[in-house]
This record gives sequence, C-alpha cells and structure tokens, in this order.
Amino acid sequence: MDVRTADMVDIAAKVCGWAQQSCPQENEDVEVYALRSHETSVRVFEGEVEQLSSAFTGGVGIRVIKDGRLGFAYAGSLEEPILKSTLNQARDNANFSTQNEYVALPVADGVPPADLDSELCYPGLDEFSTGDKIALAIDLDQTVRKLDTRVVQVPATDYEDTKVEYAIVSSKGIASSGRHTFCDLSTYVLVRDDSGKGKGDMQTGVGFCLARHPKALQVDKAANDALERAVCLLGATKPSSGQLTVVFDPRVTSVILSVLAGMLSGEVAQKGRSPFQNHVGEKIAPGEISIVDDPTNSSSWGASIYDAEGLACRRNLLIDQGVLKGFYYDTYAGNLAGTTSTASAVRGGYATTPQAGCRAVLLEGGIRDLTGVMGLEGGKDATAESIFLDQADIFAKVAHGVFVRSITGVHSGVNPVSGDFSVGIEGLMIRNGELAEPIREATIASTIQKMLLGIVALGNDIEWLPGIAAGMTLAIGEMSISGL
Amino acid sequence: MTNNGLNNQMLPEDMLSDVLNEALCAGGEFAEVFVEERQSMSASMDDRKVEELSAGYDKGAGIRVVVGSSTGFAHTSDLSEKALLEAARVASAVARGFVGQQSIAVGLKSEKVAGGGRDISARQSGAESIYSIHKDVPKQQKVELLLEADEASRSSGTAISQVSVAYSDSRRRILVCNSDGLLREDEDVRTRFSVNCVANGDTGLQTGYETVARRLGFELFDLIEVTNIAEKAAGRALVKLNARSAPSGELPVVLAAGSGGILFHEACGHGLEADHIQKGASVYCDRIGEQVASGLITLIDDGTLSEEWGGYGIDDEGHPASRSILIENGVLCDYMWDFLRSNKGPEISGKNRFSGNGRRQSYKHLPMVRMTNTYVAPGTDDPEEIIAQTKYGIYVAKLGGGQVNTATGDFVFGTTEAYMIEDGRITYPLRDANLIGNGPEVLKRIDCIGRDFGIEPGTCGKDGQNVPVGCGQPTLRISAITVGGSA
Repeated sequence: MDVRTADMVDIAAKVCGWAQQSCPQENEDVEVYALRSHETSVRVFEGEVEQLSSAFTGGVGIRVIKDGRLGFAYAGSLEEPILKSTLNQARDNANFSTQNEYVALPVADGVPPADLDSELCYPGLDEFSTGDKIALAIDLDQTVRKLDTRVVQVPATDYEDTKVEYAIVSSKGIASSGRHTFCDLSTYVLVRDDSGKGKGDMQTGVGFCLARHPKALQVDKAANDALERAVCLLGATKPSSGQLTVVFDPRVTSVILSVLAGMLSGEVAQKGRSPFQNHVGEKIAPGEISIVDDPTNSSSWGASIYDAEGLACRRNLLIDQGVLKGFYYDTYAGNLAGTTSTASAVRGGYATTPQAGCRAVLLEGGIRDLTGVMGLEGGKDATAESIFLDQADIFAKVAHGVFVRSITGVHSGVNPVSGDFSVGIEGLMIRNGELAEPIREATIASTIQKMLLGIVALGNDIEWLPGIAAGMTLAIGEMSISGL
Repeated sequence: MTNNGLNNQMLPEDMLSDVLNEALCAGGEFAEVFVEERQSMSASMDDRKVEELSAGYDKGAGIRVVVGSSTGFAHTSDLSEKALLEAARVASAVARGFVGQQSIAVGLKSEKVAGGGRDISARQSGAESIYSIHKDVPKQQKVELLLEADEASRSSGTAISQVSVAYSDSRRRILVCNSDGLLREDEDVRTRFSVNCVANGDTGLQTGYETVARRLGFELFDLIEVTNIAEKAAGRALVKLNARSAPSGELPVVLAAGSGGILFHEACGHGLEADHIQKGASVYCDRIGEQVASGLITLIDDGTLSEEWGGYGIDDEGHPASRSILIENGVLCDYMWDFLRSNKGPEISGKNRFSGNGRRQSYKHLPMVRMTNTYVAPGTDDPEEIIAQTKYGIYVAKLGGGQVNTATGDFVFGTTEAYMIEDGRITYPLRDANLIGNGPEVLKRIDCIGRDFGIEPGTCGKDGQNVPVGCGQPTLRISAITVGGSA
C-alpha cells in the first residue's frame, strides 16, 4: 500500500478485520492504531538552503488483549505481509504478560467528539510550495541578521511542517480518526558584545512562531524574540546565593506546568509514584488557582478530537480553586483506580502503547487578590474581576527577585516522584520593582509542591507553546538561588 | 550459525546504482543511499506485573543529495525500486535551479565490513554464532529476568514501595552506498536492562535507577547479574530516605569512576563536534593546539570500543569507527567529523579526515557529527586518597542527565546519588541536586585524577535525534563547582 495515499481508517479496519476472521474468539480483543505523517523541513544558513527534507512516514501499532493479557507489536510499514506478521507478533506477545483484570480496551462512552477538524487541520498545506517554505526560512534568517549589529552568527533557521492523520479501530466498536497540521519557524542566534563592560561575551537566543498554516507564521515575532532573549543576557554574571522572589518567563512556566501535569497522572498515582497520590480533596495550591487539561481548546497545539484510544477528548479539571480535584486516566489507569478513562490516553507515535498524559494544560484564575506579598506595593493590583496582571505590574511588586528567562537541566534536575526541583537558570535580577543586571550559572531549588503553594502572581500573557502546557508569567514568593 | 544476514546484501547493487544515478540526474556532487532494517523487542514489568511485551519492525531508506552547501533528503519505508527512485527525485529537488552540472555515472564497489567493530575473530568460537540472536532466545527467558530483578529490588528493604523493570533488545542492519563508490554493510545487536525503584519513608518518596546497556546479544546476561542491577537501584532509593539537603555554593566535587562521564560529554564533547565549530557556535572554535583543560585531562572519543553502548563497526555514512584523541594533556588536538564537515575541514584546521562520527537515529534522519564512547583517560592518583584529601566537598556516586549550551559552554547536571565529604571522609547522603558551571572553566579545575576507570551507557539527544553513547572517566576531583542546593 502506498503510504502517500493510503487511508488510515481503511488500514486500521482491515487489520482489525483480519484478527476477527482468523481468530473469532470472544476472549480476544484487538485494537489497531494507524498513523501517517507528511513532513517537510528546511534549514537555512547564511541565506542559503543547507538542508531540505521531505517524506511520508506511516505505521501501525497493534494491541491484543487475550484473557486479560496484553501483547503489543508495531511496524513502520503499511505493507500487507508486514502488517500480518505484526498482528501475529502482538498475539504471541500476549502469551507472556501477567494476567491483569484491569487491562482492557475502551468502549465508546457517549461523550460526543468536538467539532475541531477545520481548526486543527489546514488541508491547503499540501499546496503551499516548497519554494514558499524556503522563502519563509530565508526571510527569518535575513531578518534576524539585520536586526542588530551584535548578531555575529545565526547557526540555524528552520522551517518545519507536518500533516498527521490517525485512525483507531478496535474489536470493541471504536472507529475514530482525525488529522491535524502544524507549522513551525524558528531561529537560533549568537550575539556578542564587543563594546560594553562584558566585552567579548557571547550569548544565544532561540525564537520561534507556530501556526496551523504557514501563512499565519509571524517572522518578525520569531526574529525579535530570539534577539531579545540573547541580548538581554550579555554581560551576565554569577549572582550570590540566597532566598528571593522568582518570576518565570511564560516559556519556563509552560515547562513547569508540564512537569506538574505529569505528577497528576492517575497511573503514576495508582502506582505510588506521585507525591500527590493521597491528596485528592486537599488544598495543594492557593485558592485562586485552578488547573485544567482541555484538548478541546483549539488554541492549544496539543488539541485533538480523540485520545490515543479513540475516546472523544474532553475538558478535565485537575485542580479546582487550589484543591486537587482528581487525576486523569487512560482506560487501564481508570480501571486500576476504580473509575473510568478521562480520555487522556496519549502515544508517542505508532511504536508505543498508550499511556495517560495531558495535551493542553492551562492555569486558570480564581477569585481573590494574590498580591502584596512580594515586598512592594507598586504597579496595578489584581482585582476581583481578574487576578491576571501585566508582566510589568508583577515586576513592580518585587522588592528582591529574579526574572528567569530560561531553565536548563529539567530532565535531570526535576524529580517528578519526589517533587524535588533544582534547575540551572539564566535571567535578570529584579531590584525594587525594576529589572536589573543579567545573571547566568546559577540554580534555583525548591519542590514542585512548595512552588505550587507559593504562587503569588499570574500574568495575563497567556501563550500556547509547543508541548502540553500554556505559558504565562508566573511569580513564586520565595525560592533559594545558588550562585557564588 | 554464522550467517546473520551479512551474506545477503540488503538491496542489489544494480538497483542501488540506478537510485544513485537518479539522485544525481538534476546535478549535485554527492549522493548517498542509507538502508536500514531494525527489529526490536521489549518487555516491561511494573507494579508487580509483566505489563507489556512489545515487538517492533522498521525498515526503510534515506537518500541524500549534496549540491554545494545544500543537502536534499528524502526517505521511504518502501524499498521497491519505484519508491526508491521517487525518493531520489525528491531528494534531488535541492539540485534543481543549480544548472550546468554534469551528472556523473556511478559505479559501486561492494565492500562488506568484516564485522566492523564487532571484532569477529575475538568473539567467534567454534560453531557458535557471533552473538546470541535475540529472536532465538525464548520470550519467557526474557520475562524471567524481569521477575528476578523485581524480586531482588523488593527484597532490598521494606521501604521499597514500587519497582519497574525494563528489558529491550534490538538488531539493526544497515547498508550505505554513495556516489564515491562506497558500498558497505554492517549489523549491530544491542541489549539494555534497567531497574527503577521508589522508596517511601518519612521524608517522602525517593527514587533510584540503574541501567546496563551494551552492544551485545543476550550473552550480556552471562556477564552481569540482573539482581545486582536491581539491588543497586533499590540501594540508591533507600539511601536517599535519610538524605539531607545539599549545601549550595561553590564546592570541591569528587566524581566516582564512571559516575560522571556525561559531564565531559556535555561540557566539552559537544563543543568539539565539527558542525558546531564550523558555524562558530562553540567555545572551542580556532583553539587547536591551545591549552583548554588541566594538564591532567586527556579526552578520547572511541567508537571502536565495540561492546560499549556508543560503539559500532561503521558509522551511518559508511566510515569505520575510530579512536580520536580530542584533548591530550590539556591541549586541544582535534574535533570530531562527519562526511560533510570533513570535506569542509581544511578551512578550519588544515586537516581533512573522517573520524567516523557521522551518525543518525534512523533512516528517517540526516546524519550529523555525533560522539561515540567519550571518556577521560585514567591518571595515576589513588581514588581513596582523592577523597581523603578533600576537606569539605561532595562525593558524586552517580550523575543523572545534563544539558549544555555549546556556544557559551554553560552546563547543568543533576546528581542522583551523592554524599557529603567532611575532613576526608564520606559522611551523609544528599538529596538530588544540580551542578552548574562552564565547560572550559571546569576542565581547568580538575586537580586530581584517579587510576581507576568506569564507563556508562547513555542516550545523547541533538537536534531532535537520539543515539546511544558511552561516557566514561576515572575518579577525579573538580576543585570548585557550583552546587545548586536541594529543597
């Protein structure tokens, strides 16, 4: 079967059909997940195309459940003999896993699928020419080079787009399919200060913009973002150690929310790997804060009509006015917890089995004034109508703090089981309500649990970023910083 | 039993020649076909249950065409001649608009790498196969390993509240042919085993992790005991139940042999990759011949350590793995190269060489400069003495992952098992914390280097591609590094 034209629903249904014909046993369930993507990527360097790549990728992941035993197999191919042998592999694998009463495929639960297709997929992507894609990347490369004399190199400027089509068909009557498009334009810039007191100092910045359609990409936004992030750090020095207020850039907030979201997985909690496991109904955040995962929010890049097991995605409230409302589940984790799936199954492609995960996490505001705890009375206050502040109004309230522009070492420095949080930071000091000198080679430390309770201000600059969570400026009352 | 597929070429030469010719028909100086077939199997146990057995199969080809400083690339999972020719045409699109180029007729010379880095002569004995092929090992035998490890971890202490165990193996065949006439094939077998434990105590949850991964078949389990791995992981979680917060600020740090090779991989290795160098995005640009590290430091990248996780026979551009001395007694000697960067090499170093560092995650990816097994060579100090001579500092028994900005050299790493050193003695365990610093600075601050050695497997991510690597080092001391205090 030609991967460029194959219909994913047909393929999934066909493989599922083979299973039922060849082994019409009542105690065997089969689910076929078929995925096809078409990706184009362009890398530009010094105004010329350095790499141009275009390809279709397709594959299937097959789950077989026989007498409560799960077997899985996948193949990066849509060729019939390979699909048949993959089905056999999945069946054979089911013989070796532990019988587990909680393992099951979902049945449709009556939640209607959101009507998102026209918002998530731009069919005209196929007609947008390669030449136009290259032109966008060259435009960004040239724009960022001309922005500032301190730009010494732009090592990589990338355009990437992808169109994904998926289908999930099961012997339990699931037959769900969807598609989405995604475009991304990004640049990586090096700047050097040859004049000021940090003479010779080099800094880097990455800027990007995202859209469902290439025409919606904002070249200037990506260019300015990259430059501003690099330039603001020129001359950065190591700060002294101590306690201070920490204000996170929206990009950083998004990463922290993603880590927190991982700790609210029902499967993780059921297996005793979340510090929040026995805290449902308890206050784990200020009463003003709610956290929701809503893949039906079409502004989010993780938005989807269906989850990875074919149930209709829905809005799940995780933290309600500071109180842990509950966890999110896929079918297995739901069964394990004695509840049902929240349609939160995600997959990393056709080669992995589904697991519980978030797609579109958003911090929502509550009802009461949070400010007045960062040392100063400057700027505008939060009101009953909105606790979301302009970023500048948040800075104005900080007597002694740091504005964290980027964090590093999240993979190694954040332990989602214990909640321990220790990461490298770069950013700017905040003194008496104003941004001050840049800093680097420092770390901040706390725990996710303490940070969540310590939130003192939220920005109104909500931005959906790549990954599973929206960013916004966020202030934590006190954290420890290590430098000199 | 010695026929592991190497005798059957993955695709016939005449077809490969046709595809290369098609790739160059629009012009271009270089074309390459990379064919890959990968079979993998994994089994995982969690929460006392064997939750999942998974089998995977991938095959396909990636085709690239180089025209001037531009590279065109396309890949396909369909290995029919029609699909390969189509991919060649897509890859050659980059050459259109570059008029006046003559197409070159391509002739191929088949050259099967004799086991590449697999070192057949050393390992082949009698009628036995070169390695035990995973598919010949009953699945039940793999599952037994999981059960054994789970049991061993749980028996390590009553505070162990959760254990997950993962086994995985893979077999990968590759064929590389290019318009310079190169045609090489290789085959690679890998096995990995890991244990992850959670301990629950008064201080909350703590985790411990241990993994073993080698470029070997199932015979890996003749060399190691899974119960050992399981006990190590459990011990790491248990010891942290009594851990105290790490101090913050600049302190001497002693890294146990093998515990922190990743620091040199991140803090220094990435900056020596020629792609970063050629774009000026490395602190090591234009510094060949300069003292860039303490005179105690000799840094080597060695893909010929064939059984280690970062080893291989040929790289993903068909060039044999090699051993490169990058820094010798503190002096920068060389960078690491792939095909494209090597061709441009003379502009920056006066050398033009392949170091066999062109790697890719799969046929779906373009190759780029990657590390293999990167390590600091052992010195002469007694490891015990290094601790004894440290008045107040931190002993790191295991570092976790890390991250580096190659342009500035700034890096950060997490500790996953660490202790206080007070008056030359290891005193109490520390909660996980971060080490942060600047690569070039830290390299100058190595003031003791042990005569022992250890190397650990890891996965290196760069530009969205993951490849297996090895990172090694002897026990050594950094005179001062910033420790980010724990919570």
